[in-house]
Amino acid sequence: MAKRLNQIGVENTEEHRRQYRQVLFSADSRVKKCIGGVIFFHETLYQKGDDGTPFVQTIKDKGIVVGIKVDKGVVPLAGTDGETTTQGLDGLSERCAQYKKDGADFAKWRCVLKISEHTPSALAILENANVLARYASICQQNGIVPIVEPEILPDGDHDLKRCQYVTEKVLAAVYKALSDHHVYLEGTLLKPNMVTPGHSCPTKYSPEEIAMATVTALRRTVPPAVPGVTFLSGGQSEEEASINLNAINNCPLARPWALTFSYGRALQASALSAWRGQRDNENMATEEFIKRAEVNGLAALGKYEDSGEDSGAAGQSLYVANHAY
Amino acid sequence: MTHQFPALSAEQKKALFETAHKIVASGKGILAADESVGTMGNRLQRINVENTEENRRAFREILFSSDASINQSIGGVIFFHETLYQKDSSGKLFPDVIKNKGIVVGIKLDKGTAPLAGTNGETSIQGLDGLAERCAQYKKDGVDFGKWRAVLKITDTTPSQLAIQENANTLARYASICQQHGLVPIVEPEILPDGDHDLQRCQYVTEKVLAAVYKALNDHHVYLEGTLLKPNMVTAGLSCSKKYPPQEVAMATVTALLRTVPAAVPGICFLSGGQSEEEASVNLNAINLCPLPKPWKLTFSYGRALQASALAAWSGKSANKKAAQEAFCKRAQQTFSQPRQWLTAGSSSQVLCLSLRRTWFTAERGRAKLWPADFLTLAKNINSGVENINSDEH
Repeated sequence: MAKRLNQIGVENTEEHRRQYRQVLFSADSRVKKCIGGVIFFHETLYQKGDDGTPFVQTIKDKGIVVGIKVDKGVVPLAGTDGETTTQGLDGLSERCAQYKKDGADFAKWRCVLKISEHTPSALAILENANVLARYASICQQNGIVPIVEPEILPDGDHDLKRCQYVTEKVLAAVYKALSDHHVYLEGTLLKPNMVTPGHSCPTKYSPEEIAMATVTALRRTVPPAVPGVTFLSGGQSEEEASINLNAINNCPLARPWALTFSYGRALQASALSAWRGQRDNENMATEEFIKRAEVNGLAALGKYEDSGEDSGAAGQSLYVANHAY
Repeated sequence: MTHQFPALSAEQKKALFETAHKIVASGKGILAADESVGTMGNRLQRINVENTEENRRAFREILFSSDASINQSIGGVIFFHETLYQKDSSGKLFPDVIKNKGIVVGIKLDKGTAPLAGTNGETSIQGLDGLAERCAQYKKDGVDFGKWRAVLKITDTTPSQLAIQENANTLARYASICQQHGLVPIVEPEILPDGDHDLQRCQYVTEKVLAAVYKALNDHHVYLEGTLLKPNMVTAGLSCSKKYPPQEVAMATVTALLRTVPAAVPGICFLSGGQSEEEASVNLNAINLCPLPKPWKLTFSYGRALQASALAAWSGKSANKKAAQEAFCKRAQQTFSQPRQWLTAGSSSQVLCLSLRRTWFTAERGRAKLWPADFLTLAKNINSGVENINSDEH
């Protein structure tokens, strides 16, 4: 939150963080159609709006499910090329039980992998998959739906194919671990990266190519029992994240899970810069957020019509060529 | 692990994809006519026919010379090595007879079981030696898919971790080699129905085995869109005292598959195991009517369950040839898995399945008692599953 507030010249105090979340949570009933869940940070779960209503209550009153981040950040894996695992398993069961009492019904745990010459290594993949599975198992024991997030960072100059390959390997390991740990897949969600080229990759790819690579990778690894896949936005801009999600939902391959979003920056960037810490800007900022939420709601149904581009023909020709994926 | 060295070119993938889809197109299934000499001997003995090469040839001829319309229910035939080089009475090679009906020719590739030392009578499968060369030769001889049967069993101590691991690994090696030679691998991890275990136990084991199989296939860089799966249905053990109706078999089976088989796999062709012809068809039909989503084709790869009546009708006498053929064609048609009648929202069968699913959540082995957070969601899922069935698949 410090980084975000710094960017708009706002001091990172608890009150500012509270005010900012209030801007988002005070969105009217228009968000009910496009937002199904909100992931909270621990501090926010116990904060209230100006009128004294706990944020948890405000969200639940809109019929939206409350979630909580439960991991405790990354730690290094010794002997690797700067790779990490994620901590947070200690006392996780007790924390989940408490969060459940306090209104949370789902949780999130983020693991991080990166693509480079020698990464992700077999150890990094195995260890992160295992820790995700332990987390998921403990959540379910406490009535909490675990969102499983194995993020492969977009940093690097690798191409689309490389990302697809790595994504398939990582997801296969994740679902094997979930099976080994007896996790009930129908009560989980997946939060993966879309399959994209690295940020410094010289080749540009169309949204349809990104969609084809992403859906292909998921079809090869994510069992149909998983109800939904909620993509992270990674480094994508608000517009990029929406266009890509829309293309994914128009991909001509069969998709047995819901394909939707779990966006932070890609939903909040405009709202943040409209707000700039001024109470007078609150309504305008909330409007920016609602706008973004509605766009992504449409994209999750494949119905977002961005300026001009008719993706129909582009998508069709890709289907013929899809054996390249 | 970090880099891709593509196992197959786009053209190779396309060919495998098309063959796999052709075999299971429009609900068609597979005739498993790959009984080894020994197994064929067992079948022939039951109808008092001598196990000679000519008798084996004659019986296969009865099946293969059926009217071409058999190609509406049969998409592929699995051959045994000997049969691939036999001819019909007019001197035509059997694979050509089959191909001319637009049916894909397959070959059994494994070389039977070998014991796994230190286990409770468990086995692995042999056949990897020289497999690449054999595949290349079979491809030249008209074959387009392969079959390899791994065997696991359920007891108090089995299947063991080793048996699951080892069989999954050999299946993946076989699949990889097949694809290198343009053959679609049918992956068959059979869990035997022997035993007195209940339905839940079979489901649990099936889920563990299939998860291991698909992890191994991924590790070995196998192109899933160019494979088929041949699993057991999830059933209670043959000596289980409790009887389960087809709807429960269907629910358990489809649930297990949804949890383990990626949507990229085009088709799942069930083995009939110890089931009678009628049982195998009824269960397959229930599976296709199950209100859960089904992103793969669900069809059959039957040996006994397609041939039993034909064998009995033939009894080794050439005068009975026509009767035997009719019995076979009838069986194929009845097994043909495209159900005519679909559930509509609110029908009583849907309610039955809804209540079955509810029972499922509490009865599952070892799971916390989890009720779906929202039965509305569940119902919606069931409804959307029904809608998906009615629309055309990509």
